[in-house]
Amino acid sequence: MARAVTTQRKIAFTAAAWLIGLLIFFPILWTFLTSFKTEGEAIASPPSFLFFDWNLSAYEAVNERSDYPKHFFNSVVISFGSTALALLIAIPAAWSMAFVPAKRTKDVLMWMLSTKMLPPVGVLIPIYLIFRDTGLLDTRLGLVIILTLINLPIIIWMLFTYFREIPGEILEAARMDGASLKSEILHVLTPMAVPGIASTVLLNVILAWNEAFWTLNLTAANAAPLTAFIASFSSPEGLFYAKLSAASTMAIAPILIVGWFSQKQLVRGLTFGAVK
Amino acid sequence: MATQHSRTAARFMISPAVIVLLGWMLIPLGMTIYFSFLFYNLLQPGQESFAGWMNYRFFLTDPSFLDAIQNTLLLVGGVLVITSVGGILLALLLDQPIWGQGIVRILVIAPFFVMPTVSALVWKNMFMNPVNGLFAFFAKNLGFQPIDFFAHVPLASIIGIVSWQWLPFATLILLTAVQSLDSEQLEAAEMDGAGALNRFFYIILPHLARAITVVILIQTIFLLSIFAEILVTTNGGPGTATTNLTFLVYIQSLLQFDVGGGSAGGVIAIILANIVAIFLMRMIGKNLDI
Repeated sequence: MARAVTTQRKIAFTAAAWLIGLLIFFPILWTFLTSFKTEGEAIASPPSFLFFDWNLSAYEAVNERSDYPKHFFNSVVISFGSTALALLIAIPAAWSMAFVPAKRTKDVLMWMLSTKMLPPVGVLIPIYLIFRDTGLLDTRLGLVIILTLINLPIIIWMLFTYFREIPGEILEAARMDGASLKSEILHVLTPMAVPGIASTVLLNVILAWNEAFWTLNLTAANAAPLTAFIASFSSPEGLFYAKLSAASTMAIAPILIVGWFSQKQLVRGLTFGAVK
Repeated sequence: MATQHSRTAARFMISPAVIVLLGWMLIPLGMTIYFSFLFYNLLQPGQESFAGWMNYRFFLTDPSFLDAIQNTLLLVGGVLVITSVGGILLALLLDQPIWGQGIVRILVIAPFFVMPTVSALVWKNMFMNPVNGLFAFFAKNLGFQPIDFFAHVPLASIIGIVSWQWLPFATLILLTAVQSLDSEQLEAAEMDGAGALNRFFYIILPHLARAITVVILIQTIFLLSIFAEILVTTNGGPGTATTNLTFLVYIQSLLQFDVGGGSAGGVIAIILANIVAIFLMRMIGKNLDI
């Protein structure tokens, strides 16, 4: 028996939920609006919400002055590069654990996850020194390596949970029909594994894009991704709200869109199956 | 024979991941522990010498260490309280039949995808700035003196920003848990005359206990390592008012070049994180049936 929901009650809950939702979202909306103002309008009092002279001057200023495209490119290379490299290592591992589980598979999985619990600051000095001595400081390659390592456990874990949902009988059937290992992987498993892999990629691109401990500590001018570029706004020179907003909007817009598509995977990827 | 064969193949396939993670865990960790027993300053290369427990003694008796521990606990604890209480209330609200639920959900989740440096700087400048910020504008209009957030309540300001970032995570996970609640149980309780508060405390909250624990544990792991938000807003100050353990180790190692002292701090950070990790791992392990 469904509970009777009075329209009145529904209206009240709807109003409350929308009010809170808009309040939580407001800083992002405000950043977006401010990015279309001039610096003068951005600090005008009283602030104008919609009725100002919309223009792109802040975007132009950011693009001209600060080599913004380079930092954006760095973010893309670092987040996609580290995700790709991690996938290369993670797919075989998750695969073998999902399809050929051994007695110690659970221990191995748990151990892999435990490496994720290591606080980054605990290994800051060794990584910094190793990077300094191998010339990896302030290089995209260095960050790709680090982000691969820190996200590898999550990637393996997520892939494992997806692969495990692929029924093993299908493999057996294919084998009975005389499929070789190669065609088994190519024609039977890959199509079934692609959705899981895609979700894993999305979540990890988000995590890598927003990572702000290693990217801030291991980069300077050259390899700095957007996280580090935005941080350079912390020492203001005069009026800069509109520029900060424009740079921020460009930095978060792509990932916000990706993020909204991957809400469901977020729970799965970040709780390691502890909440279902 | 086939299984023997596939087992060898499986071992071969898993070995790159194991080797890479083993190296990642052992090499830097070993180096940190080793350095923590050395007098080693990057400004005086070649003068390293054995220090015994001296680095630990210096680090632990440094007044800023106690400040950092206190700030870390306040920061983690404050954000946990705000996000779990807020997350429960918000999850219950979003679970109600409302119009446009999908859109509200998207609005609520959005802050989680904003990079830490952006959210910290946007809040600091466009909202909390005592002259040009929106809060100052509203305060003035209501006849109050605007608050200089980062001068007078720096840690609370950072707690606020970080809570805004993590509230979506708590809400999303708790909402998943709320939605798995058997609604017949609630209806039966309601018919038996249980009021809203009773239903919440005797049915909903126990059902959510597990999810709440997971939220708390996972957030703690991440919150212990808060760094970017502090770097771009207060740089740990004023004084040590917003220096957490992570930031203190960063100052010691990369700003004062004290490898030995910084490493000792790093080891302490690892020990603290591990206390939380043990509980979290146990919960995850229980849920994992292979």
